[in-house]
Formats: sequence, C-alpha cells, structure tokens
Amino acid sequence: MRLSITHTTTYSYDRPVSYALLQLRLTPRNGAGQKVISWQSSVSGASPQVQYEDHFRNVTELVQMDPEGTTITILSQGEVEVENLNGVIGAGTGLAPLWLFKRPTAATKPGNTIRKLASSVKEAFAADPLDGMHKLSDAVSKAVRYTTGSTNVTTSAEEAAKAGVGVCQDQAHVMIAAARHLGAPARYVSGYLLMDGLNQQEATHGWCEIWIMGLGWVGFDVANEICPDDRYVRVALGRDYGEAAPVHGLRQGDAEEELYVSVQVQQ
Amino acid sequence: MVERKFFDEMGPDEAQVRAPYAEYANWFEGEDPRSLLKKSAEAETFFRRVGITFNVYGQKEAQERLIPFDIVPRIIAAQEWRQLEKGIEQRVRALNAFLADIYNKQEILRAGRLPEHIIAQNEAFLPQMMGMTPPGGVYTHIVGTDLVRTGENEFYVLEDNARTPSGVSYMLENRETMLRMFPELFTRMKVKPVSSYPAELRRSLSACAPPNFDGDKPSLAVLTPGIHNSAYFEHSFLADQMGAELVEASDLKVIDGRVQMRTTRGYRQLDVVYRRVDDEFLDPLSFNPDSLLGVPGIMDVYRAGNITIANAPGTGIADDKALYSYMPDIVEFYTGEKAILKNVPTWRCSEGDSLKYVLDNLSDLVVKEVHGSGGYGMLVGPAASKKELADFEAKLRSNPDNYVAQPTLALSTVPIMTKKGLAPRHVDLRPYVLVSPGRVHITPGGLTRVALKEGSLVVNSSQGGGTKDTWVLGD
Repeated sequence: MRLSITHTTTYSYDRPVSYALLQLRLTPRNGAGQKVISWQSSVSGASPQVQYEDHFRNVTELVQMDPEGTTITILSQGEVEVENLNGVIGAGTGLAPLWLFKRPTAATKPGNTIRKLASSVKEAFAADPLDGMHKLSDAVSKAVRYTTGSTNVTTSAEEAAKAGVGVCQDQAHVMIAAARHLGAPARYVSGYLLMDGLNQQEATHGWCEIWIMGLGWVGFDVANEICPDDRYVRVALGRDYGEAAPVHGLRQGDAEEELYVSVQVQQ
Repeated sequence: MVERKFFDEMGPDEAQVRAPYAEYANWFEGEDPRSLLKKSAEAETFFRRVGITFNVYGQKEAQERLIPFDIVPRIIAAQEWRQLEKGIEQRVRALNAFLADIYNKQEILRAGRLPEHIIAQNEAFLPQMMGMTPPGGVYTHIVGTDLVRTGENEFYVLEDNARTPSGVSYMLENRETMLRMFPELFTRMKVKPVSSYPAELRRSLSACAPPNFDGDKPSLAVLTPGIHNSAYFEHSFLADQMGAELVEASDLKVIDGRVQMRTTRGYRQLDVVYRRVDDEFLDPLSFNPDSLLGVPGIMDVYRAGNITIANAPGTGIADDKALYSYMPDIVEFYTGEKAILKNVPTWRCSEGDSLKYVLDNLSDLVVKEVHGSGGYGMLVGPAASKKELADFEAKLRSNPDNYVAQPTLALSTVPIMTKKGLAPRHVDLRPYVLVSPGRVHITPGGLTRVALKEGSLVVNSSQGGGTKDTWVLGD
C-alpha cells in the first residue's frame, strides 16, 4: 500500500524566545516492508544546522529557532510504500547490540505495578515468547486505558501503569518496561498510522517492538491491540520515546508553549 | 607486620647507588643539607605564587591546598624508558582499537574474549557513540597511564585513565621549578625535556581536525566546567600554554552547523575542543538535560563531522576498573602481541569464588570501587584498623559487584628530602600520552606521585600525596 503523508508541527510562544534548538527525527526509514518513495521536510522560523544518522540510524536534523522568534513550523511530507508483514520486522540492520534494548532507561524503569503486569504473563512467555508478548500487549491495554490529557512526555512507564491511563506512548513504555523485565529486548518506534476512515489523524503514533527468538523484531501496537500492518510507517527507533521522539528540543527562557500538530495519512 | 623489602630506585644504600642516580648522588654529597631544605621551602613559595592548588574533596569545606613538592628528582634511565614507551604505546593503541570495536561491530564480544555483561552492564558505555568514527579514528587523544614499579624490570599498569587524565600541569611546573633551583644539575646530567608538551598537545589535537574542516589551522579551545572545578588551574594553564581559548559552556553556541565561541569580535568557529567536562554533562540536549556545564547540540555537530571532541565521549568504557582485569586479553586481541606491561592480578568481587578469596584475605589486599577514582572509597588492607576492615567487609558483602581487589604491591621507593636527610617513600608514575592519527607521542617523564607519609602506599594528592619531578636520561 502506498501512503501519502503530510505532517505539520507548529510551536507558538507567548513571547519571543532568545535561543532554542530542536532535534528532529521525522524521516521514515527504509527497511523491511517499507520503502520511502519520496520525502522532504522544511522548517520556517528556524534554520537547519546539521543532519546526520544517529546511533540507531535515525535520520536526525538539528535546527535552531530564529532568535527572538515566536513560532516554528516544521513540515514533512512524502510517500512511503508499505507492505503488510504482520508486525514481523526481522533482524535489524543497525549496530546496536540486543543487550542494549534489555537495559531499562529512566522512562522505562519497572516498579511494582509493571513487575506485576510482567509476572502475569511470565509462564506464557516462557512457554511461547510470541504468545506471551501478545498476552502482555492485551494485559497492558487493559491495565493502561487509552486516555488523552492525563499524562505528558515526561510521564514514566511506572507512573502511567500506576495511574492506569495514558496515550499510545505510555502504553508502549509500559509494554517495553514489562518485556525487558522478562528479559526480552524491547524498543520504541515512532511513526505514522493510517486510521481507518480518517484522513486527518490525531497525532504521530508510537508503538513498540520486541525481539522474539527466531523471528527478530516484532511490532506491537498496544493502543490499537494489533501488530502493525501496512497502515503503519516506521520513522524513528530508540530505547524509549526520548530517543525516538519526532521533535526533541531545548530552549532558554520561560515562554509558554503551544503545540499544534496536524498529520494527514492517506492512501 | 612482616618487614617487607622494597625496591629503592636510587639504590639499597649509599654504597650501592643505581646507575641512573650515580651523578645525582655525587652532586648531592657535595651539597649542604640545610641549604637544600631552604630550597625546598623556596619551591613551595614558588608554587604558591604560580597558583597551583588543588581542591580536596571529602572535607567539610572544599579546601584549596597546595600539593607538596619534593626536590629530589625521580630518575629513569634511557633504556628503562624505551621499554616503558613500547609498553605504553602498545596499550594505548589497543585501547583505541577496543573503543573503535566496542562502538561498532563488537568483534571482541562475538569472539567471546570479553564477557558481554562487562559492557552491557556498564554505565560508561555511551550508546550515542555507536556507529560513528571520531575524526582521524582517535578516541583517546590524551591518556595518563598510571604505572608502578616493583623491581629492577618490573612495571605494572595500575590504571589507564582514558577519559580526562589530569596532572600534566604539575609535570611541567615541577620541571620548571627544578630548572630554576638546580640549573647546575641540568648541565651535569642529560635530562630529556618535557617543556614541549603543550606544543605537542596542540599539534596532536590539530591533527585531529573534524572531517568537514576545510581551513588550514583548526581553532582549538579548552572547555572547562569553570573556576570551581578542582583542576581549573590546569585547564587555564594548558589553554594558555598551547595558545588555545579557555571557554566555558556559556561561551559556546551552535550557529550555522558549527560550535562557535563568543569572542570580543563576535562568534568564531571552533574546530577541536579539548573538553574537561564529563560525558554526562557535555550536552544537555543528548545527555543530562539539567547540565549547565554543557553545550546543547554539540553531540549533533560532532556526529555530523563538524567538530572534534577530545577525548571522544564514551572513552570511559576503556578505563573502567571492571574492564581492567581483561586488559591483557584486550591487548592481545587487537595487537596480536602479548602485553608488554604487566597488569596487576585483580579479583572481581562480582564473582563468588573471588569474593570469598577477597573476604578471607582482606587484610592483605587493596580493594577499590569499580567506578571510583582519586583514591576515594578504597581500602588498603595492610594499613587498615580492625574496625575499618570490618566496616569494609560489610560494604563488600552488601554490594560485591561494586568492588575489585588487588594484592598490595611492593611499590618502589624513591628518596625524598626530610629534615633527617634522604628517606625512602613509595611512588607511582603517570606518563602523558598523546594520540593522533598514526602517531603515539609519550612525553619523556610524567608525574611522579609520592606518598609522603613514611610507609604509606597511597600516593593520591587527595590523600596527602606529593609530587616529584621525573627525569628521563638521554643516552
């Protein structure tokens, strides 16, 4: 399936910002089941600084907001050919060793709630890892109900699990934390999803991939309770959201920020 | 305690002076001890005037203290030095090959020569360095290999110090002081100069310009955490001596895809930064977001090939104490040769059998924290009281993974000047090594640290150690 994507992100501030840097990870990856036909991005209100492949081979751009500016708009668009692999991505092409994805990060450190979640599927996972992970995905989906507005980008997996609510990012973090607790390598994927019947999507999407012996990386989208198919476009990978975030920034001063994201994915 | 015989580098007694010290001993005999003691006091005045001080941690108020200087040089023969040089060069080349491997294909793990958990469970491994080659392939631009001597031909490496070895300013100032106080000695003896170190450092760093540098002279700066850092004196000293800018993070900014420094005439591109800021604090955008000591975006600029960071981020994985015991294998794996310099036998307390041995022999061993430095939090078994041993045993039992143990080495002694004349004291040696593409340069000499307390084996300046000038003789 060929997906056409237009993604606009606008940050507006209530007063001029003297200095801000943004790391952008917005370019879809070429890889198993996915081929980028065309892609371009542009920014207004900011100047491009450098572009490079990061340690997970994500195309990363650094842009600097124009001094004393009050708004930045980032526009990415292009076409991606996607094939349905039922979530099975297989072996990676990067240099990152599997053990790296077994280590908890600050955002995915398990607490009691996550440890309990993990142990509820421990036996199933031991008997059949793939089945165990499907069960974990179901369990996380029940334990952390999809609710917008109750968490933010700094909410940790354990906090979301305790609260029992979160968005796709939180659900992915909880699944990653629990999978790692069981000894399975797990990573975060940010990307796009064509929601059935909707051209205008709510936001960029996030899910996770778990390493299953014999299969390699397998995607799990807890929020939609499925394994990613040909409606999913993989953009960036990381150990958690922080490393794969579409936009990661730092700015001076205490201006109030307002974020507007528009994503259009269509066939 | 059993009387132990230590190797004295000057010789066992006045009748048997070792060859490298022969000329010095002749000279010394003709000197009046009282006037030497007076000179010793002068040396201290000189250091105070220059402003070399050192902050001592672990006391209620961080206190600026002068590191005591002893006027008797530590002398190494040309032949001895050549052997050391060979060993150090081999080891430093292996360290760089190891770093290139561990941040790329990790062949050494695949080959089973190094257990995966040594890297996988190590905080010093920096994922952000994976899949890139630093400019010129150099990771450790500056290394300070800590060596100890136990016999005529026995040298051991204690630590590799591949992150930000400090102390080179003492090497330079010690020599300067000796030249001023005893010019006649330098005419009587052929001592290899160390004064070219700053120029060599400049040359070495300049040879590691980033891939996208297209001028003819890369601009250099020393990045310091600021005046409150214990080594601030050295940062400003080195910048001054090699003609580089001394900058703090607040002076640097990413502009036009480069790291630029604020000058009186606006911003200027920086090509090579000799940073004395730890990895974690280097870039709040990529690492610790709360760091005020770092430059946001410097890692992005680095990965894009627009700046050189020396030493490269992530080199800490190579001088980690957990890795140390594998160094002979690492040297062999990457150079195909046996390690020339010896490693001190090391018990990893994370391993059950080793822990048992260490607990059974605690009073004979030195126990160190795996990630510690500066001699803090270590136990010197033979010098410890019963209570100290018991306290340490409890620490070891509760967190064995955090410790490694080594035998107490019979560290060589070199005489120091005391009111009662020459008296032997234990020493170590930190030579300074510069690495640039295809070249390893070792300054002949280094920093000799001396435990000033009679019988003490702890030479760290933070633990009451002093320093000496180190002389490598010409042929």
